[in-house]
Amino acid sequence: MTTLSQNGSLLAGSLRRRRLPKALPPLLGVAALGVSAAGILGTGAGGWVLTVVVAAVLFVLATLIVSGAVEGGRRARDRVATIAVYGAFILALIPLGSVVATLLAKGTGRIDAEFFYHSMNNITALDSGGGAYHAIIGTLQQVGIAAVLAIPLGLAAAVYIVEYGRGRLTTVIRFFVDVMTGIPSIVAGLFVLAFWVLIVTPVFNHGRPGYSGFAAALALTVLMLPTIVRSAEEMLRLVPQALREGSYALGVPKWKTIMRVVLPTAAPGIVTGVMLSIARAAGETAPVLLVAGGTPAINFNPFSGNQESLSYFVYEQAGAASQFAPGRAWTAALTLIAIVAILTIAAKLLARRSTIGR
Amino acid sequence: MSESPMPTKVGPDPTVHSGPTLGGGAALPRAGRGLERLFRWFSTGAGVLVLVVIVAIAAFLITQAIPALRANQANFFTSTKWLPNDVAHPRFGIAALAYGTVLSAAIALVIAVPVALGIALFLSHYAPRRIATGLGFVIDLLAAVPSVIFGLWGRDYLSGPVTDLSGWLHRYLGFIPLFGSGGPYGNSILLGSIVLAIMVLPITTALCRDVFVQTPKANEEAALALGATRWEMIRTAVLPYGRPGIVAAVMLGLGRALGETIALAMTLGATFGVSIDLIQVGGNSIAANIANGFGEANATGRGALIASGLLLFAITLIVNVAARAIIFRRREFVGGQS
Repeated sequence: MTTLSQNGSLLAGSLRRRRLPKALPPLLGVAALGVSAAGILGTGAGGWVLTVVVAAVLFVLATLIVSGAVEGGRRARDRVATIAVYGAFILALIPLGSVVATLLAKGTGRIDAEFFYHSMNNITALDSGGGAYHAIIGTLQQVGIAAVLAIPLGLAAAVYIVEYGRGRLTTVIRFFVDVMTGIPSIVAGLFVLAFWVLIVTPVFNHGRPGYSGFAAALALTVLMLPTIVRSAEEMLRLVPQALREGSYALGVPKWKTIMRVVLPTAAPGIVTGVMLSIARAAGETAPVLLVAGGTPAINFNPFSGNQESLSYFVYEQAGAASQFAPGRAWTAALTLIAIVAILTIAAKLLARRSTIGR
Repeated sequence: MSESPMPTKVGPDPTVHSGPTLGGGAALPRAGRGLERLFRWFSTGAGVLVLVVIVAIAAFLITQAIPALRANQANFFTSTKWLPNDVAHPRFGIAALAYGTVLSAAIALVIAVPVALGIALFLSHYAPRRIATGLGFVIDLLAAVPSVIFGLWGRDYLSGPVTDLSGWLHRYLGFIPLFGSGGPYGNSILLGSIVLAIMVLPITTALCRDVFVQTPKANEEAALALGATRWEMIRTAVLPYGRPGIVAAVMLGLGRALGETIALAMTLGATFGVSIDLIQVGGNSIAANIANGFGEANATGRGALIASGLLLFAITLIVNVAARAIIFRRREFVGGQS
């Protein structure tokens, strides 16, 4: 009985407790910013970064004091937690905004015909021209070959896990698909180097290691495969069981049911996962660096000879000793991110159209 | 990376329903049965291929590493030198690289994990429902930025502010050994770790968000009904429920950070040494050293780099297996509940 009355009085107390007026917290924020700007920018003690940091600290302190006095310590801590959570999100937007702004500021300088129609062949450190044509060709071919290899394999593995798999083997495979998503790209590159470039190709190549765009595609396949399996698996699981049973009831064999009913139903979601994995593969640099070798010239043949890729071109130009190299690097970066962004946004839009979406 | 590695819908295994009695293989004409078998074998083979690839990675890396390790005249695990291209006396050790890898990854996590938890809570419990998905997409965009672009940005843009920050840290916190160096500043562990933190943010956030969203509504409402503020509800209902998931998310972020290559190759100073100082030009990592050193490596040098890659593979494999084991056990657990 005593506990009940205590609870009752507590509840009544919290209902009667005073709250801060709604407009006050934003006002505190503005005031903190103002004080900080006057104290730091005004006296020249630091730049705008320090101003914002000090303003945030002042805002938190002011909230703690004001809210603590009016509403009590629990409400004050709640308000500070809210500020911290919103602050974390805003903090994450800063690098994204900065990367985009820097890309637009520095990357537009070399958007010209020469950049997109010429390679770096015979371009010395003193030449201002040169382009990324050979790199764009390389990226498209390598990612294309990787997609041709990884999509059927990935879909088949997902079909196995969802439609055929039972028992311990399936559990193990599902587990290692997840683990495989965490394999560093440089390790995938080293694997293809050790296996394809240093052991397999010398057999056909008079004993010399054969760096090629295809080797890079193999490494990208290793990186794409688990992503595709994982997303396709989730999508196949969302296909209603009744659809499969209806097909079986009509006497359709299982493989035809999978090909004609299950996969088409899951298609939009699967395409989304595939495009995201392609976008990620397009941005990979490390495997290309190790197994495609890179070249300043145009090479249309992915199966023989060194090949460039856009991401590797960015890396190369960023380290090149020429006053014109940074401009090329940034424009190539902008081109690369345009390709990746188009793929990513298209994938997201397709996901929204999916009929069996989550 | 928006594909959450952890499915939001978990239920009884649907494969149970598609047993051998369905799909009517027995009633098929002979040709159809052959196709059925072919299809089954192909998909099984693709599934097994995943296991084959993981084993093959280890096998081929070991094969290529052994000659170089044999030729090595220093202790591979304790030496801080990296001179495998010396034809007469190749000597190399992983100590400095492994130290730099672990240090930069640790600093990156110290920066990234609190922010990632904050963003995940924001997306799951603070942001208005209607725009939460869109805001989550913004964070996913960070994952879509290729690492070479983060490297370029870190090297050409962020190194300026970080140089200023390094000087400031040294002036006011110089008594801490971490900030003891008087310069030069720029391509330091601090710069590399900040770039790394930005890169592991999306995956850690996505996993934490998925865990927080799954908190049973009953637990949350019970906490609120007892008079808890929103923060108290999160502390008593959401965070304890999500703890294993948070641990797994942090470990997956760690796996990413350990294996990141190009961004670190472009932002670290690529020196070989063991120093606690974060702000001085320097620092290196296993992966960055492979990218930087591959161009001028001879046969033994290549073998040495592959040997270091083998160690990196082993470390990331252990971290990932541990993280996935936590998620996997939890998935079964949650699946049994719902």
